Amino acid sequence: MEYLLKNGYVVDPANKIDCERKDIAVKDGKIVESVDESKAKVIDVKDMLVMPGGVDLHSHIAGSKVNIGRLFRPEDHYKDYEVKKGVRRSGVGHSVPSIFTTGYRYATLGYTTVFEPATPPLKTVHTHDELNDIPILDKACFPLFGNNWFVMEYIRDGKLEECAAYIAWLMRSVKGYAIKVVDPGGVEAWKWGGTVQDFDQEVPRFGITPREIVRGLVKVNKMLGLPHPIHVHANQLGVPGNYKTTLRTLDAVKDLAAGDRPIIHLTHVQFNAYGGVDYLSLSSGADAVADYVNKNPHVTIDIGQVIFGDTTTMTADGPFEYKLFTLLRGKWANADVEVETGAGVVPITYSRSNYVHAVMWAIGLELALLIEDPWRVFITTDHPNGGPFTEYPRVFSWLMSKEARAKVLKKLPRLARARTNLKDIDREYTFYDLAISTRAATAKILGLSNKGHLGVGADADIAVYNINPKEVNPSKDYKTVRQAFAKAYLTMKDGEIVAKEGEIVSAPVGRTYWVNTKAPQDIEDAVIPEVKRLFEDYYTIRYENYYIPESYLACSAPIQPLEPAG
Amino acid sequence: MFSAYTATRACGVKVIMVELKLKMKGQSVAPIEGEMLTPDNLAKKSFNEILNLETWRGNRLVKLSEVFTVEGESTSNPSDLHLIIEGDLRKVRHIGAHMSAGKITINGPVGTFVGFEMSGGTIVVNGDADAFLGMGMSGGMIEVNGNAGDAVGSGYWGTRCGMRGGLIVIKGNAGAELGCWMKDGTIKVGGNADVFAGVRMQGGTIFVAGNVGAKLGAAMTNGKIVVLGNVPSILPSFNIDEIRANTKVDGEKVQGPFYVFYGDITEGGNGKLFISVPKNAHLKYREAYLL
Repeated sequence: MEYLLKNGYVVDPANKIDCERKDIAVKDGKIVESVDESKAKVIDVKDMLVMPGGVDLHSHIAGSKVNIGRLFRPEDHYKDYEVKKGVRRSGVGHSVPSIFTTGYRYATLGYTTVFEPATPPLKTVHTHDELNDIPILDKACFPLFGNNWFVMEYIRDGKLEECAAYIAWLMRSVKGYAIKVVDPGGVEAWKWGGTVQDFDQEVPRFGITPREIVRGLVKVNKMLGLPHPIHVHANQLGVPGNYKTTLRTLDAVKDLAAGDRPIIHLTHVQFNAYGGVDYLSLSSGADAVADYVNKNPHVTIDIGQVIFGDTTTMTADGPFEYKLFTLLRGKWANADVEVETGAGVVPITYSRSNYVHAVMWAIGLELALLIEDPWRVFITTDHPNGGPFTEYPRVFSWLMSKEARAKVLKKLPRLARARTNLKDIDREYTFYDLAISTRAATAKILGLSNKGHLGVGADADIAVYNINPKEVNPSKDYKTVRQAFAKAYLTMKDGEIVAKEGEIVSAPVGRTYWVNTKAPQDIEDAVIPEVKRLFEDYYTIRYENYYIPESYLACSAPIQPLEPAG
Repeated sequence: MFSAYTATRACGVKVIMVELKLKMKGQSVAPIEGEMLTPDNLAKKSFNEILNLETWRGNRLVKLSEVFTVEGESTSNPSDLHLIIEGDLRKVRHIGAHMSAGKITINGPVGTFVGFEMSGGTIVVNGDADAFLGMGMSGGMIEVNGNAGDAVGSGYWGTRCGMRGGLIVIKGNAGAELGCWMKDGTIKVGGNADVFAGVRMQGGTIFVAGNVGAKLGAAMTNGKIVVLGNVPSILPSFNIDEIRANTKVDGEKVQGPFYVFYGDITEGGNGKLFISVPKNAHLKYREAYLL
């Protein structure tokens, strides 16, 4: 099928196109130079905003903990449900929508690529089961390594090559995409009743510090040539004063950087940029973090914005969820994933009148606004931890309009306004900045060369929004902006129209990316028998049953590592 | 077709209520959504509009006229509308959901979720009501001249807040988990209540004229439960406080004497159980713990 999108205003930062009137030609799922106008289906998108399809690199959309959230929150379902309509299947859920609904809602927002950022390797079969069923989107998952016994032991013993071989084998086995690190060492310590409260504190029983784990994994990441830098959820998440830990985490790997390529992605930094000493004196540490990121090109971050309202927090950071549970006294689910990681789920309602929540809200926006380079700060809500992804348009309108921010700020507690810097920030995102932060930059950092841009040869993932970027002034008409982004006029995925004005037109199967990692054969040959032996000792399942065959994925899309291993 | 009767409002002013009669056509195997059957929703709609309202029967969208025969007329003010629904309504759910004014009379057995999250008005059920009666209600009144199912006046599954106000009166028996998570308002049961009455209760009053099942008031943190009949046992996490001659329910005096227990201590709660002394001789041993 051939398409021609005519007369739209194209914003395509990867190709340095900023609001230019341009036609986009699509053929066989790819963007091409031109198509035969008599044969192609011409769609007039006059004066509309045309962007590449959105790329979200951190959104918990699939896996066992997401399912725990679904199971233990019936109250999340009954107020937000969707009835079957055409190809769209019915579904429920606000903060943890059912699998199909997740895909439909992302497509409605104009997003076409979404990555699940935390999957315990042992439970990745489940993650792939869900990813297979999410329609439309291209997706992938990041296995967790920060508290893995094998990894910690290899790094402690200085056996980085063996560690790389183990990770290569595991990544290939579970069809993962990048190395995710959650609270390095902390989850393992907590499982035994201990804590790791400092970046340089030793993990009990392992004789290794979080610093060594992070450094080791950055080196391994480089050795394996993974397309995405290590994806880190830092220690001390949610603890007042933790911005210092964040800075130390970033600084710990500074000397490993080579060139301008980022080597560490720090995720949902809002939760890791707190000043003060306790929750009463909580203040924003965003300026310090932003300052560091501005000066150091080896770092990228995503913000993890908080949205006021009801949501579900879920993370592999078991100790943090336990802490949250002791504060909120509501529901709490915890999981221990053998020698690999842990997880927890706790529902939360962020409220405007709550001082802590108000400060959290401001910190997320401060980070996005104070970091000057939109290529290194990405907009997320850490769905569903900060809020459901369906609220992205709201975040866009806050970033694009000081007035919109001021309107919310006015309703926050006075102390929260005083202890954050948001009121003094004048910067407003342009459509170009927004396109970088939600599409071009995220695709670039994920190493997806076919995504996030509209150049010839790119995948025809296109989002068209019914808003005229030349006429609308986002800083005044933030409501128009929000409404336009909430319902894409047209979403195209691989050259096929999937959503039109909020209605799902077709629901094709999306790809699942994974990296076909390889370590040098001789090292792998030496490591595998050892891993097999330890499987017998440690695991509840057999080594032979651990491997997920490629045929298990609905639409497998293996990616080769960037450079030869070793 | 027009019929009207006079009803006396609390202020004593006589008003004329307009009646709209819906009669269920036969029986249904599939569940039917009755969410739109409220005075708020039907008022201001013309007769034809009401006939053409759409609802779900099983997984099919059907017209209201396919499910009910409709008689009478509508009015512009919901408070003046009296909805009379008749027939075998056991498969119809959510009748009176979110209603805020007016009156609904249900003649016959009715399905689940009657008066779901209602905030005002009156519902009278002349028959048995199924589970989740008055779930999440915040005002108004429900009267059941029959038995009610489980989880009367509870909150939606998973929420931590049940009934927040209003009055539920059940002439017959109530099922398990009566007033689960209840926060305010009153539930009166003329017959017996099943197990776990007042579980996780945080406020409000439950009155049971008959017997109750085990685990009365489990994990309750506040509120009051009055039982005139037999209680099989009181949880060990409740302490005896005193013996009272009588107590009050909704401003009315209820003759005792009552054992008064407080708890649930495991939740640090201060809920009160008023248990009839003459009907519960087996609790006499607790008197030894009176200070």
